[in-house]
Amino acid sequence: LQLEADVSASPTDGDPLVLGGQAFDSRLLLGTGKFADADTMVRAVRAAGARIVTVALRRFDRDRPRDSLVEPLRAMPGVTLMPNTSGARTAAEAVRAARIARELCGSRFVKVEIHPNPRHLMPDPIETYEACRTLAADGFAVMPYIPADPVLAKRLEEVGCVSVMPLGSAIGSGQGLATYELLRLIVRDSRVPVIVDAGLRSPSQAAAALEMGCAAVLVNTAVAVAADPPAMAAAFALAVRAGRDAFRAGLMTVGEASATSPLTAFLAEPPP
Amino acid sequence: VRLIVNGEFCETAAASVEDLVREQGADPARVAVVRNGELLPRGERAAAALRDGDRIELLTFATGG
Repeated sequence: LQLEADVSASPTDGDPLVLGGQAFDSRLLLGTGKFADADTMVRAVRAAGARIVTVALRRFDRDRPRDSLVEPLRAMPGVTLMPNTSGARTAAEAVRAARIARELCGSRFVKVEIHPNPRHLMPDPIETYEACRTLAADGFAVMPYIPADPVLAKRLEEVGCVSVMPLGSAIGSGQGLATYELLRLIVRDSRVPVIVDAGLRSPSQAAAALEMGCAAVLVNTAVAVAADPPAMAAAFALAVRAGRDAFRAGLMTVGEASATSPLTAFLAEPPP
Repeated sequence: VRLIVNGEFCETAAASVEDLVREQGADPARVAVVRNGELLPRGERAAAALRDGDRIELLTFATGG
């Protein structure tokens, strides 16, 4: 619990995540799926220090008119709901979902995700591009979930997306930064924040993403299915902070052996 | 009027879309309405009459990544 207080006291130290001109005081975004109950979820969001949490759209259920899980999120001060377009299989469906979501929360932020194949959940780059172009022109702050493709990332930046969210590996897979080299290329060329979304299993992977210059990570399954979700959320928060601090401090370059102690031969016999 | 609401047949005396939302037990501030495939803005619901055969979708937020 001390951990939670330390992280949330000053989570970004004057180095906020800026998305579409709006500053957020955390570089850890949390997905809200798969949590066992509302209390666990809320404690995890708090422990993460998350300022952005994702939500999805579904049909209203007249048998359960009050959603017991989303309402507590709305009540959390300083937490922005970011709707996603999950379930959309085409650009047209994603655009419609985004407009519905805007009607529901009044926020201009939307995470565009279009993954038509339920077996691998890989984003459809063509439909995603089309949806993002339409939504950015319509005033949305668009954050697309994409394959780790530097060309696509650049094209999305050019149509006005406020961030790009390449995947580390498949959604929910826990395979970590399988796309590491491609993420590096995206980060090197992007002028918008790069947020690794999907596939992270451990805090060390989140730290690695921030160390290489990713602006933030979005984590869901790794926290939600942990034995102790709030504790895992706190661990991710520390890792994200460490990774960002390391990036800002400037990592050394990888090279050949280079001594850290003097190599003078003071133990050797002086030459005769 | 006879409608399809969230995929299910529904017969109602509701005079407007807004009335239907309340009749369904939804908090009007927490649902979005799609009528025949088109988003119906919140401010237009009260004046929007229902017609036989309308397909109404009531959508809300749920948890998700």
